[in-house]
Amino acid sequence: MFKAFLIKYAEIGIKGKNRHIFEEALCRQMRRALEQVDGEFSVTREMGRIYVRTEGAFDYDGAVEALKCVFGIAGICPVVILEDTGLEDLAASVVDYMKQVYGEQEKTFKVCARRAKKTYPLSSMELNCELGERILDACPNMKVDVHHPDVYLNVEIRQNIYLYSETIPGPGGMPVGTNGQAMLLLSGGIDSPVAGYMIAKRGVKIDAVYFHAPPYTSERAKQKVVDLAKLVARYSGPIRLHVVNFTDIQLYIYEKCPHEELTIIMRRYMMKLAEMFAKEDGCLGLITGESIGQVASQTMHSLAVTNEVCTMPVFRPLIGFDKQEIVDISEKIGTYETSVLPYEDCCTIFVAKHPVTKPNLNIIRRSETNLAEKIDEMMETAFRTAEVIEID
Amino acid sequence: MEIYLDNSATTRAYPEVAELVTKLMLEDYGNPSALHQKGVDAEQYLRRARETMAKILKVQEKEIYFTSGGTESNNWALVGTALAMQRMGKHIITTQIEHPAVQAPVSFLEEMGFTVTRLGVSREGMIDLQELEEAITPETILVSVMFVNNEIGSVEPVAEIGERIKRKNPNTVFHVDAIQAFSKLPIYPKKMNIDLLSVSGHKFHGPKGTGMLYIREKTRIRPVILGGGQQNGMRSGTENVPGAAGMALAAEMVYGKLKESRAHMYRLREHLIHGLQAMENVTVHGADGEQAAPHIVNASFLGVRSEVLLHTLENEGIYVSAGSACSSHKRAGSPTLTAIGASKAEMESSVRFSFSENTTPEEIDTVLEVLNRVIPMLRRFTRK
Repeated sequence: MFKAFLIKYAEIGIKGKNRHIFEEALCRQMRRALEQVDGEFSVTREMGRIYVRTEGAFDYDGAVEALKCVFGIAGICPVVILEDTGLEDLAASVVDYMKQVYGEQEKTFKVCARRAKKTYPLSSMELNCELGERILDACPNMKVDVHHPDVYLNVEIRQNIYLYSETIPGPGGMPVGTNGQAMLLLSGGIDSPVAGYMIAKRGVKIDAVYFHAPPYTSERAKQKVVDLAKLVARYSGPIRLHVVNFTDIQLYIYEKCPHEELTIIMRRYMMKLAEMFAKEDGCLGLITGESIGQVASQTMHSLAVTNEVCTMPVFRPLIGFDKQEIVDISEKIGTYETSVLPYEDCCTIFVAKHPVTKPNLNIIRRSETNLAEKIDEMMETAFRTAEVIEID
Repeated sequence: MEIYLDNSATTRAYPEVAELVTKLMLEDYGNPSALHQKGVDAEQYLRRARETMAKILKVQEKEIYFTSGGTESNNWALVGTALAMQRMGKHIITTQIEHPAVQAPVSFLEEMGFTVTRLGVSREGMIDLQELEEAITPETILVSVMFVNNEIGSVEPVAEIGERIKRKNPNTVFHVDAIQAFSKLPIYPKKMNIDLLSVSGHKFHGPKGTGMLYIREKTRIRPVILGGGQQNGMRSGTENVPGAAGMALAAEMVYGKLKESRAHMYRLREHLIHGLQAMENVTVHGADGEQAAPHIVNASFLGVRSEVLLHTLENEGIYVSAGSACSSHKRAGSPTLTAIGASKAEMESSVRFSFSENTTPEEIDTVLEVLNRVIPMLRRFTRK
């Protein structure tokens, strides 16, 4: 019965003169999401509204699922569009709508008519009364409740007439591409895909970097990261994934620095490399999945020492989240199952039994002087030889 | 260059087998149950396949049943026997070193109320015959012992086991998982007192998804796959004619040159073990001589994690298998290595090399040379 969706957006509505930029971006992202769905869709902006219209048969559930992945959408309303052929026809259609959508269910309702077309012969109040009465007459299972109705039936009189009562919640946020670009440090774990999701939700385009350590990490671990990037890309749009061979650097640190400092020093070099890729891709910041105190390398002291090598802002959207809260989001966005596949990632292979939890920046810097001989060259090589995987 | 030493996982099919399978898919593709000529032709292939398998095992044709592989054969043997014999007793004997395709159905039966005895093994992976004999009671309906262990290659004394079982309780059914043994040694179920024998086609250059269960005449076993009543109602489902024919052809080819290929692989085994023993801190697991299968060598390279060595060798074009999937999160050791009493360090560093008749001494030389080069390097970097 539904041939169209009315898309409600949240924050874009409060934008000023540049609102059209956000609306355009939202339309673009919606079109991209709907490309994968069976059916012909057109996305249009009309008088401060965005509509998705379809021609002929289409995959209704698929379309809803696709739209639920588009940041910027606050709600998706399946809508019936009628031509204005007089009050009698409208009333018949309204009754028909209620019967089809709610059947025999016991519901309370309220009609909420609005007229953008002020030439319509009845006022909004009159329409409410008239249509409400018709519904009451035709549907014995329906009662009126103007304060807290179960069903809020919207009747909008414009060039055409729009009927809708259901709102499917969207993901909220802002359309991707309206807020610059950032580089996500993607491991294979639970946190980093969620971090990427959360920053992308604010309209940021995402690129990613993964540190691969063959033969210590397997091809399957890399495939897992590619799969995770694909899952994030459903929301964030295309991701350019840089796969860095990090083995030599890791082994060099292993040989030259105290073992309990390995992870923290390694992370400093990862941040530096990530920043090199970020600059190359035109990113304005880095994104990590860190959360205070989760592991030794994420204590406040460790974060400060890691952060010290970065010149770009580092965004840590999960910083105040508990693990369970992060898991909940990862389950919601569908990355959890992939994240928990048991392949070793490069952060854990040489991890010390008792890594430092309160690293001192001066001591870490002194340890790093042991790397002076070769590290710059190795970083350059790692940067140059990285593989790029474009994820759609 | 590619050196494939993971033949216990699976083998490359013989080109002749691939050709026959193709022919049976494209030309003689009939359903063997069909009444028309196409069906009759297909049935002929199936009959010949059964004939071939029966001849190799020196058993009757009607005792051969085709299955979808080793796992199905093992499941059927265990669950089917337990179902048929549960009124005569509820005791099952098996070993601690069985393949998961035996372990899992046995645990399933245990959940259903059967009692299970799991025999331990020696450092060489051999069960104790005395212990086995003592475990058999009038309640014992089934003994399941693998012929060749898939991880360390130890060969259990199946003939003696069969004899002792039948002496102690003639009603006890004897199942042998011969998935790693068939094609590597002569197997005669009648002589060895075997009632049920599982075989898998892709372990000896046959197609994947093919297998066989030998069921000695008059053995009490129920079908577990029910349907159209094919194979005397014992294993329903349209027979995989290309698969069965392909497996039989592979078996015929392999057994045609068994003596030579066995000798060849034993020489390779000696060669590799000799080279490994010259290296420092390497333990070779399993038995010696005839108590070891010709095609499997399992060794621990102390201080080097299996998976890391596997990927390092992979970079050199050498394919082996790592005993257990190790990760920092999950470290369940292999049941076989645990049963033979290997240390944690040995389990974490164990790698399996498995040959085929096509493996060459030169390839073993290359492997040894690579190992001697990479092991010292890998040992420098370990988790502290």
